[in-house]
Amino acid sequence: MHSFSDRCEALRDTFEERPRNPGIPLDLGWVREIRINRSAVERRAATIGTRRSVKTAWQAGWLLRAITLMDLTTLQGDDTAGRVRRLCAKARQPVRGDLLDALGMAGERITVAAVCVYHSFVATAVEALAGSGIPVAAVSTGFPAGLSPMHTRLAEIDASVADGAAEIDIVITRAHVLTGNWQALYDEVKAFRAAAGDAHLKAILGTGDLGTLRDVARASAVAMMAGADFVKTSTGKESVNAVLPVGLVMARSIRDYHERTGHIVGFKPAGGIRRAKESLDWMAMMKEELGDRWVQPDLFRFGASSLLTDIERQLEHFVTGRYSAAHRHPMA
Amino acid sequence: MTSVRDAFETLSWGPAPESAAPAMEWLDGHDRRFGQFIGGAWTPAADTFVVANPAGGDDLAVVSQASDADVGAAVAAARAALPGWQALGGHGRARWLYAIARGIQRRSRLLAVVESLDNGKPIRESRDIDIPLVARHFLHHAGWAQLLDREFPGMSAVGVVGQVIPWNFPLLMLSWKIAPALAAGNCVVLKPAEYTPLTALCLADLLAEIGLPSGVVNIITGDGRAGAALVEHPDVDKVAFTGSTEVGRIIRVATAGSGKKLSLELGGKSPFIVFEDADLDSVVEGVVDAIWFNQGQVCCAGSRILVQEGIADRLVQKLRARMETLRVGSPLDKAVDIGAIVAPVQLDRIRELVAQGVSEGAACWQPSWSVPTEGLFYPPTLFTDVAPSSTVAQVEIFGPVVVQMTFRTPDEAVELANNTQYGLAASLWSENINLALDIAPRIKAGTVWINCTNMFDAASGFGGYRESGFGREGGREGMYEYLKIDREKGEERREKGDARIENGEGRSEKRDGISEGGRDAAAPSRALPPIDRTPKLYIGGKQVRPDSGYAIPLRGASGEHVADVGRGNRKDIRNAVEAAHAAAKWSAATAHLRAQVLYYLGENLAARTNEFTNRLEVGGAADASTEVEAAVQRCFAYAAWADKYDGAVHHTPHRNVTLAMPEPMGVIGLVCPDEAPLLGFLSAVLPVIAMGNRAVVVPSERWPIAATDLYQVLDTSDVPAGVVNIVTGLRRELLAPLASHDDVDAMWVFGTRGDAAEAERLSAGNMKRTWTEWTTRDWLDPEAGEGPEFLRQATQVKNIWVPYGA
Repeated sequence: MHSFSDRCEALRDTFEERPRNPGIPLDLGWVREIRINRSAVERRAATIGTRRSVKTAWQAGWLLRAITLMDLTTLQGDDTAGRVRRLCAKARQPVRGDLLDALGMAGERITVAAVCVYHSFVATAVEALAGSGIPVAAVSTGFPAGLSPMHTRLAEIDASVADGAAEIDIVITRAHVLTGNWQALYDEVKAFRAAAGDAHLKAILGTGDLGTLRDVARASAVAMMAGADFVKTSTGKESVNAVLPVGLVMARSIRDYHERTGHIVGFKPAGGIRRAKESLDWMAMMKEELGDRWVQPDLFRFGASSLLTDIERQLEHFVTGRYSAAHRHPMA
Repeated sequence: MTSVRDAFETLSWGPAPESAAPAMEWLDGHDRRFGQFIGGAWTPAADTFVVANPAGGDDLAVVSQASDADVGAAVAAARAALPGWQALGGHGRARWLYAIARGIQRRSRLLAVVESLDNGKPIRESRDIDIPLVARHFLHHAGWAQLLDREFPGMSAVGVVGQVIPWNFPLLMLSWKIAPALAAGNCVVLKPAEYTPLTALCLADLLAEIGLPSGVVNIITGDGRAGAALVEHPDVDKVAFTGSTEVGRIIRVATAGSGKKLSLELGGKSPFIVFEDADLDSVVEGVVDAIWFNQGQVCCAGSRILVQEGIADRLVQKLRARMETLRVGSPLDKAVDIGAIVAPVQLDRIRELVAQGVSEGAACWQPSWSVPTEGLFYPPTLFTDVAPSSTVAQVEIFGPVVVQMTFRTPDEAVELANNTQYGLAASLWSENINLALDIAPRIKAGTVWINCTNMFDAASGFGGYRESGFGREGGREGMYEYLKIDREKGEERREKGDARIENGEGRSEKRDGISEGGRDAAAPSRALPPIDRTPKLYIGGKQVRPDSGYAIPLRGASGEHVADVGRGNRKDIRNAVEAAHAAAKWSAATAHLRAQVLYYLGENLAARTNEFTNRLEVGGAADASTEVEAAVQRCFAYAAWADKYDGAVHHTPHRNVTLAMPEPMGVIGLVCPDEAPLLGFLSAVLPVIAMGNRAVVVPSERWPIAATDLYQVLDTSDVPAGVVNIVTGLRRELLAPLASHDDVDAMWVFGTRGDAAEAERLSAGNMKRTWTEWTTRDWLDPEAGEGPEFLRQATQVKNIWVPYGA
């Protein structure tokens, strides 16, 4: 039997084996009939972490999985090549070797799912990750506001793909959602998808800007119809980023899309997930709402930067029985 | 031992056990043997029985079956504690209730663990729902104690209260019972269910520890025999019971005529209505909270899913997928959704009813996984293609079993929802506020949750319509159950055995004369004879002859024959109830319209002051003109109240409005007092119709023509046909068919103690709410003869929860 990380690697190496979401024609009837009850969604979201709990070895196992689901990210104005190379090194080796040994994972290749950077550092990251099998994701299309001219947004995608980005995280024009211009949203995402070519497209909805959960669901549906491989909550730059009620709505949208079309779309919550416990809640939510298939790196990613450190600390606590400190773990 | 690697690869749920050790330590501290908690001290354990852990494993403890002597001692202790407790005043009691709330918070986890061990409910529920609500109830009611004098002027505690609670929410039901009782100044004897006495005993420890005055709360344990002894104890002033409708009925009969105040919270088969525009994924979680909460052992469980036909298949598909991910297992596992069924007999009943459902042709579905074999577990179960006639659609299963049916239109949804003898709660799901707020008032249930379910809070009243019982727990409406009005009682009404009212068969006697007012009996013989005026019955807006074909001669104060009054019988009662139901539109009429009608009634009555005064004088009224004037004023009073006795928005700690709406009971049977035959009649009828009820009235037997003379006034005042139906005759003949009628929603009896006892006994058939009084009132005094007391009796509070969020 192949280990899980072998399987992940196999998935990475043969990405084409999972059929991509080809999209469907825009179905406005579907979009209009979407109903989301905010209070009910919030109640469910509030009990995901109280109905489910993983402890001891299970918790350690889940946290290791969380690492393999991570898009280790740096999206700062002061990013430099040196900083990105450091991040890539951490991506290859996210957990101290002695901890992996103690966890009984010796020899298991635990890496993050991808490294996520601005276009300027795609080439740097691709080079730094050479041979690791870890893909580089580029935020694109006028990230984070997405309000650059369409031709420059498309050109940005082209450039990142040319530099070796295997995944393109685009941002949608929030105005299309806020004004109910679903056709424009559909056309935009479809054009991004075409530009990305073989690179996988993650559609960032900027849910913190959307105002209602119903709009989150409608935007998710339209992005999937337009062929997004992933829907992603946030840029990390909005005032509210990945929160469970939003994630729940998006996960259910993915389920709905799968049930109706048979096509599989992934989910990436990003921004604000900093604690190991939060990552467990998100994974529990995915497992319960979408099933185990959706808690694998080709269908679920955390967009995160500081989460990894907290997970490392929790893993060390499991091993030693003592609460750990951040400085005991190599920084990214 | 599962390795980290296995968990990493499979992402399986491992065990997440809550430790039972502190609970075991507490039990060991009592040597796992408990006596009764009476007068602040423990009696030695005696006549013990075992308290088992429904999830399997060792028995938890033995507790004692309370003897009659124990019950008597507990009641005596409560009685003895009463003066001191009341002397503390509202603020003093508020301090104690606050201390209890804090004590519960201090030992919240111990109580949660004991509850889960004893009852089998998942620790998630006892920890996150039951125990926080328990503390909330005491805290909220500390506030009512503090505000009692200001908010409930002219009222005081009932006295010694006997309370019997069920096993499904042991400590939560205890708090619902004890907190308002103590706040109002009562002392309590409470019996927890024999399956689940432990948290009550744990609380007794807490009460002793914080030093609550002894005897204020007494906890007795045992089975139904102890409960019966408590309910029937003559020194108990009020009985509060939560449990099955079957036992509620027995208690209703047992307390009939005793004068004990009674509140009952009974069974349910609550509808869960899903409209086609609902958020279906949220609906699915709603069903989880409705029927897979507490293993479905919830009186208000949403056990009947009514779904609009076009979306039924999708909903069922989603439900089944969700059921696959539910987890049944050890109640102390923090990652379990459904725990253990409380007792073998309950598990057997669930199995039997499911088997019956299958044999009756309903499609039964359970998830692919199996439940643990040790312990009492049952999987979540969904019946589809269920007809209302199916057993599983009608009876309360009290387990994790839900049935699903379809409807076509909102009207049909309401019809199906109300197609039950119960009326505890309902949940309805729609994103259309117009639809939701239209449907909520039309459902016969004490609580309606819009886009949510099983939400509880101390600030919101909870209780039933129909055979789900009466009385409310929580909120202002709940406090009234533990208070009585301070008023000097009048004389006890006696059976008259009055010679003036005879069997109508003896009609051959000589008449003294019949005329309006009966005053010209001595008119000269050559004058034209007076025109005969025979009062008939008044049913459905028409004057009808009594079915019996008999009349009762009525004599004036000086013995002269005044009239022959129709002798109504059970068929007339039946017809009157039918007519009252046909006038259902009155309940939907605006309060403004009802006010107008009542003002008009007063106007028309005033125009005939002389006539009514004369007739009352013939009947021997001492101060007839005062009575008529008071009657006119009473019309105005209830016209005024009609659009002013309204509801409240409760402050429940959620983002929602909780609307407490006083709703009409429906059809109310009234047996009017003999004293003040006109004013007494109107004092009963007016509040009833002002609040939108329809009345079937048995007027004063002694002087019914005060009521029959009103027929024309009712007609000319635009009181719609069927709103007031009047059946004259012999009270003891008419009371029984009215009190036992299953389509009468409430019964007011201002008669003798015997009348009260009979009405209360017969009301048990459909558990109609009764209001009986066998001492006279001074109807002329507005303090005694009108006001909120009457309006409360004419209404029942429905709490509608409306969560919101853009």
